[in-house]
Amino acid sequence: MTERVELAHNAAGRSVPSMVNGKPQMPYLGIGKYQPRVRKQAPPVRSSKDYPENGDKRLPDLETALRKCGLRDGMVVSNHHHLRDGDRVALRMLEAAAKIGVKDLLWFPSASFPSQKSAIDLMEKSVIHHIEGSMNGPLGDYCTQGKMRGMGVLRSHGGRWQAIQDGEVHIDIAVIAAPTADAFGNADGSHGKSACGSLGFALADSMYADQVIVVTDNLVPFPCVPWQIQGNHVDYVVEVESIGDPAKIVSGTTQITRSPDRLRIAEFVARFLREAGIMKNGFSFQAGAGGIALAFVDYLRRLMKEDGVKARFVRGGSTKYLVELLQEGLTDYILDGQAFDLDGVNSISSDARHIATSPFTSYNYHGKGNFASMVDAVVLGATEVDVHFNANVVTHSDGRLLHGIGGWQNCLFSGCSILAVPSFRDRIPVIVDEVTTLTGPGEMIDVVVTERGIAINPLRKDLLDAVKSSKLPIRPIQDIKSEVEQICGGKPARPKLGDRPVAVVKWVDGTVLDTVWQVG
Amino acid sequence: MSASNDPRTSLPGEAGHWGKEVRSDLHVAIEPRDSGGLEVGLESRVAPYYGEAILGQVRQVLETLGVKNAKVAIHDEGALPYVIAARIETAVRRAGLSTSQKALPDKAPLPDPSAKDRLRRSRLYLPGTEPKYSINAGLHGPDAVILDLEDSVHYAEKDAARILVRNTLRAVNFGACERMVRINQLPLGLEDLAEVVPEVPDLILIPKVEHSGQVAQVDRMISELRVRHEINRPIWLMPILESGQGIENAAAIAAATEDVVALAIGLEDYTADLGVAKTAEGRESLYARTRLVNAARAAGVQAIDSVFGDVADMDGLRLWAENSRALGFEGMGCIHPAQISVIHAAFAPSPTEIEKAQRIVGAFEEAQQSGVGVVSLGSKMIDPPVVQRALKLVARAKAMGLA
Repeated sequence: MTERVELAHNAAGRSVPSMVNGKPQMPYLGIGKYQPRVRKQAPPVRSSKDYPENGDKRLPDLETALRKCGLRDGMVVSNHHHLRDGDRVALRMLEAAAKIGVKDLLWFPSASFPSQKSAIDLMEKSVIHHIEGSMNGPLGDYCTQGKMRGMGVLRSHGGRWQAIQDGEVHIDIAVIAAPTADAFGNADGSHGKSACGSLGFALADSMYADQVIVVTDNLVPFPCVPWQIQGNHVDYVVEVESIGDPAKIVSGTTQITRSPDRLRIAEFVARFLREAGIMKNGFSFQAGAGGIALAFVDYLRRLMKEDGVKARFVRGGSTKYLVELLQEGLTDYILDGQAFDLDGVNSISSDARHIATSPFTSYNYHGKGNFASMVDAVVLGATEVDVHFNANVVTHSDGRLLHGIGGWQNCLFSGCSILAVPSFRDRIPVIVDEVTTLTGPGEMIDVVVTERGIAINPLRKDLLDAVKSSKLPIRPIQDIKSEVEQICGGKPARPKLGDRPVAVVKWVDGTVLDTVWQVG
Repeated sequence: MSASNDPRTSLPGEAGHWGKEVRSDLHVAIEPRDSGGLEVGLESRVAPYYGEAILGQVRQVLETLGVKNAKVAIHDEGALPYVIAARIETAVRRAGLSTSQKALPDKAPLPDPSAKDRLRRSRLYLPGTEPKYSINAGLHGPDAVILDLEDSVHYAEKDAARILVRNTLRAVNFGACERMVRINQLPLGLEDLAEVVPEVPDLILIPKVEHSGQVAQVDRMISELRVRHEINRPIWLMPILESGQGIENAAAIAAATEDVVALAIGLEDYTADLGVAKTAEGRESLYARTRLVNAARAAGVQAIDSVFGDVADMDGLRLWAENSRALGFEGMGCIHPAQISVIHAAFAPSPTEIEKAQRIVGAFEEAQQSGVGVVSLGSKMIDPPVVQRALKLVARAKAMGLA
């Protein structure tokens, strides 16, 4: 990548490229400021006459299917990441493409995982041009070292749907790994030996890609019920021995943190929800599968029982702890984006009150509303947060890619977004003067909970008032920051970042929020 | 992990720990040289942020210690400055380069001196060679933290622990916690005192005390250090009785010096001394525990129970602690922060007890004001000892924030 990149300053004061992978970009304009005036994209019109009347769309293998789809140089190919680090389909698709001999593919997974690191070889061999999707571990390092030919594009789960819907990304071929499917292409994630729960991340791909291939290791006679993916969108079905390693798809049991500091953070978050009056009958919340989030759910459950409070719905990533809330009648519903453990998978497949959702229902900027903004409180992590509550979730403080955005940006639209973070990791302060990579604007982040105290965004006077007489350690964020800097022996040095953009962080509306710069 | 991580094989000139699982610590290896100045190699997981700061500190510490020529290799796992200073000093001493100089970290403000009869419901044990547990220990709100130099520290690491505990006392803010140090059995414990007393711990736990002479010995040593280092605030003593003989001498030990504020019991060693199993019900130690409570009471000091070893068994802990309180103990040890709130709840008087005591205190105050000698509540006369107990209970409840 030797082309000169023009940079512009966006509304968050960050320097961002005005062109990414040959496409002009809109710099971030501010929350809710961008309104694209286009029609939604659509795949080509098809006719049922071209599909087998008996509904049998099977082909012998993935390579044949890709050839039938007309795979050629420069196409956009996509996968979902519901099988997480256990996925065996995405790499097989890329290897089949290599065998066919095509070059310069844009790989568009909903997220990539460390076990897919051999995608690096395929980039070296020019089979893949670049990746648009979360990158961490070896793929993240490859990107941040500036070795990828194109720029990485990091989008939230909702942002991926937005990009597909408004035409920013056009998927040529979607390959969907399905834990259960029939020969017509109806597919389900909640049953089968490789069950993963929902298939929501593949829904947009199934509806908007030119061609759709379903790959399954559990082919059932028509009909496959429930059909989370509708066979009417599907061109071909391929049966394989195994789509993934069940041990790595979901963890057997999710572990609550045992760190006393993290337990303390979790307890503070739960007590904050109670004392701020958010935890009341009919409320809702979302929490992920990190150690602090799990412990938070466990504490909150005790408080809900003590106060006789019941939630109307909770949003997952589902885990054993959310499932227990459902089973104990402490929530009416789980609206689930992805199951993180076996309890989550078993519950979604057997309990009608545990419902699979997608980024369309939950996160999409181009939807006529979405669930995320209806959630009363969400508990999230972050790698860094600054004194203006801006947060980073995608890079280490040294600038290397660490996490995808996931639903993180989308969740910031909830009634109260809470970052639950230790005040320092090893010796590295989490509260800083300026975040390395801006992933969430501070005006969207309401509360930062650390083991040393709780900082409330001054913009949220209502929350400050609500906990005025609380015994919780509510402190200005600068206070916590200076205390931690004192412990750590001064402010950390700023990382030395290069001046070449290697990836961009998109805001939920498709505008460019920040740049990831080459490191090392 | 490197072989040098094992304290038993640590080489001269090495100190600390490193490896994937290690947090907040570092490993220092110093090779003395005759000339050529300092050659410092640093690998650190926080290098991009604090690499320069660490190199600067290493040179400064070596200069303070008078080390001019050496090859120094550091593997840092995110250690804080006071830990870095302690490990370098230990390595330097182990290399035989400096024995008298100290590299003291920046001093955190000292908390208020601790009162003789303050609440001592919970004391959290922190192993003296493991820095990661100390940093946030005060946040979890135990009444006291114990920086332990005794049983949690391998014999080969006693020197390292002493220096680290000294620096911890000096640099770490433990909030409202009383800062206790458990020294080793005498005579090794006297060396511990020389290192840590200048940093003014609030209380010294003396392990395996069997007669009052041992307490007196510690007291003398502290008095000398007090004068030498101009210390004008209390350093209390808590002897731990861990043997048949210690229990039999409990009364004399409790009264050994003015500075004894509590007697603690150590049940692992006590049951070993008796040759019986330590059970969750504790029947085998009932005599020792009640005897200790009685001796403490006779000397006007607190009786403090042992620890409950099963961190996962919160119900067992609650039962043990409630039983402890019923026997007359005022607190116990904890080995994990999760035990603190359970212990505090168990040693707290119940709302009914508090309410009853408050009514008695109210009646007592009324009687005082109106100059009536006899305290009565309704139709009942209240005996003076009952009034005394109520006053004590209300005072305790207030200290716990319950009344």
